[in-house]
Amino acid sequence: MNWQELETLPRTGLESIQLLRLQKLVHRVYETVAPYKAKMDEAGIKPGDIQTLADLKKLPFTTKDDLRDNYPFGLFTVPMDEVVRVHASSGTTGKPTVVGYTAADIEMWASVMGRALTMAGVNKGDMVHNAYGYGLFTGGLGAHYGVEHIGATVIPVSGGNTKRQITIMRDFGSTVLLATPSYALNLADAMADVGVTPDQLKLKVGIHGAEPWSENMREEVERKLGIRAVDIYGLSEVIGPGVAMECLETDKGMHILEDHFLPEIVDPDTFEPLPYGEAGELVFTTLTKEAFPIIRYRTKDISRLIVEPCACGRTLVRMEKVTGRTDDMLIIRGVNVFPSQVEHVLMGVEGVEPHYQIEVNRQGNLDTMSVLVEVSEQVFSDEIKALEALTSKIQIEIKDLLGVTAKVKLVEPRTIARSEGKAQRVIDNRQL
Amino acid sequence: MRVEQIAVFLESKSGRLADITRTLADNDINIRALSVADTADFGILRLIVDKVDKAKEALKANNFTVGKTNVIAVEVPDRTGGLATVLEAAVKGGLNIEYMYAFVNKSSENAVVIFRFDDMDKAIAVMQEKEYTILTGEQISAL
Repeated sequence: MNWQELETLPRTGLESIQLLRLQKLVHRVYETVAPYKAKMDEAGIKPGDIQTLADLKKLPFTTKDDLRDNYPFGLFTVPMDEVVRVHASSGTTGKPTVVGYTAADIEMWASVMGRALTMAGVNKGDMVHNAYGYGLFTGGLGAHYGVEHIGATVIPVSGGNTKRQITIMRDFGSTVLLATPSYALNLADAMADVGVTPDQLKLKVGIHGAEPWSENMREEVERKLGIRAVDIYGLSEVIGPGVAMECLETDKGMHILEDHFLPEIVDPDTFEPLPYGEAGELVFTTLTKEAFPIIRYRTKDISRLIVEPCACGRTLVRMEKVTGRTDDMLIIRGVNVFPSQVEHVLMGVEGVEPHYQIEVNRQGNLDTMSVLVEVSEQVFSDEIKALEALTSKIQIEIKDLLGVTAKVKLVEPRTIARSEGKAQRVIDNRQL
Repeated sequence: MRVEQIAVFLESKSGRLADITRTLADNDINIRALSVADTADFGILRLIVDKVDKAKEALKANNFTVGKTNVIAVEVPDRTGGLATVLEAAVKGGLNIEYMYAFVNKSSENAVVIFRFDDMDKAIAVMQEKEYTILTGEQISAL
């Protein structure tokens, strides 16, 4: 079956492929990886217990801690002489997490990345400017092999040296830009500085991922570079870029390459699987990877799965743009609140800048949430009532979206830390 | 006819008003009139100064949020009932006052009242019709 057929299969057809692959995977992992066997034994699960896709929920989760505990190669299922490549994530909070690939894994990765590029309209004949970093990070090399796989031309420019990148884009006639969204904006600003306009370039589409970005940022990239900007999702623990990709037909979610990566959404508190359409933590099981398969990996990313058919004809489920991280989640009066939701509200109010801080306190037995918002010149007024109208508008919109009443407090500009580095978005004063 | 007023956002924390007046002093800016409007959480300082643009730049450079608005400055006789008469004229003229503040000019018989009306054009017409003197920015600086 070719991938066009795979991507448009009726759900039942796809699900039977997924089940066969899952069963094979669970057997192999149980037999070859001691830590997986130990966890399954502890949970009282045998590989034969996986009879339907719904049985997936019987399997224990895998977390970043499992990867660290088995650093560097403890979760690999093949002898090291079959591993042809390793990648590692930057270990900002401890040891890096290391992942490995067999030759077949590299080939599969190239094919899923190639399919992802195809969703964004990239074809043989395209000149692909790959500004993702090359190295231990999966972004650069992962995208690189995908471009070659579909027969387009890859410019392995990697990150940095922005002025040279602009020259290359212009002189080589780059048609596709692969970059993090923030680097894409960086390029756009640098173009303006050196006097290169979008119409001097042949760029038609930008594929941006590896960091969270808002719809406002998408509009900015599209406007400043004169391109369509689409979202791509991936993480090294699953494979790297090419796990999910937005097609050109919709801006409502990325198609997950489900024949290789089986998604679930689980409740961030109870870890019970949630039905399609509900928001929760995204969990992935790799169905076909050899060297480093992973079962029920908790990504800590918050998303929703959309199963309704897409205008492009693909039946692959879509994941909504990641709206937050479970690490950031606050529970306020029993309601799950993500700082990104507050940011979303603020970005929707004309003139309000995305510099904010959330303060949580407990008065008696009641949680209170305050949102500190900087007063920009655009929203400032000499009249009290205008500023009070602004705070009540933000308050109403937060209540509508989050279901929680927040006190909105206006503060002077530049009194909240900027998002360079690690901005502290939340101050939780509750002693829980 | 209109006078430029600068408004500064004030977070309710100690020392901010002093920071503003220090910044203005260091930049050789003289304050002619001021008022503070406050709520439980924040305040707005409104100022009439002799060098409006310089004041705005200096405050912005010190990370204050500053806005510039037009107000009108009306000369009112400095005697019992002086202000009442002006306000009655405003009511009859169908004007709504957003806010106002006043200062007494030591070298004349008159006080100066700064008004922010909902409809500034109409306000100027009403005041002129009643033959009140409307001061310009230069006149206020020269007082």
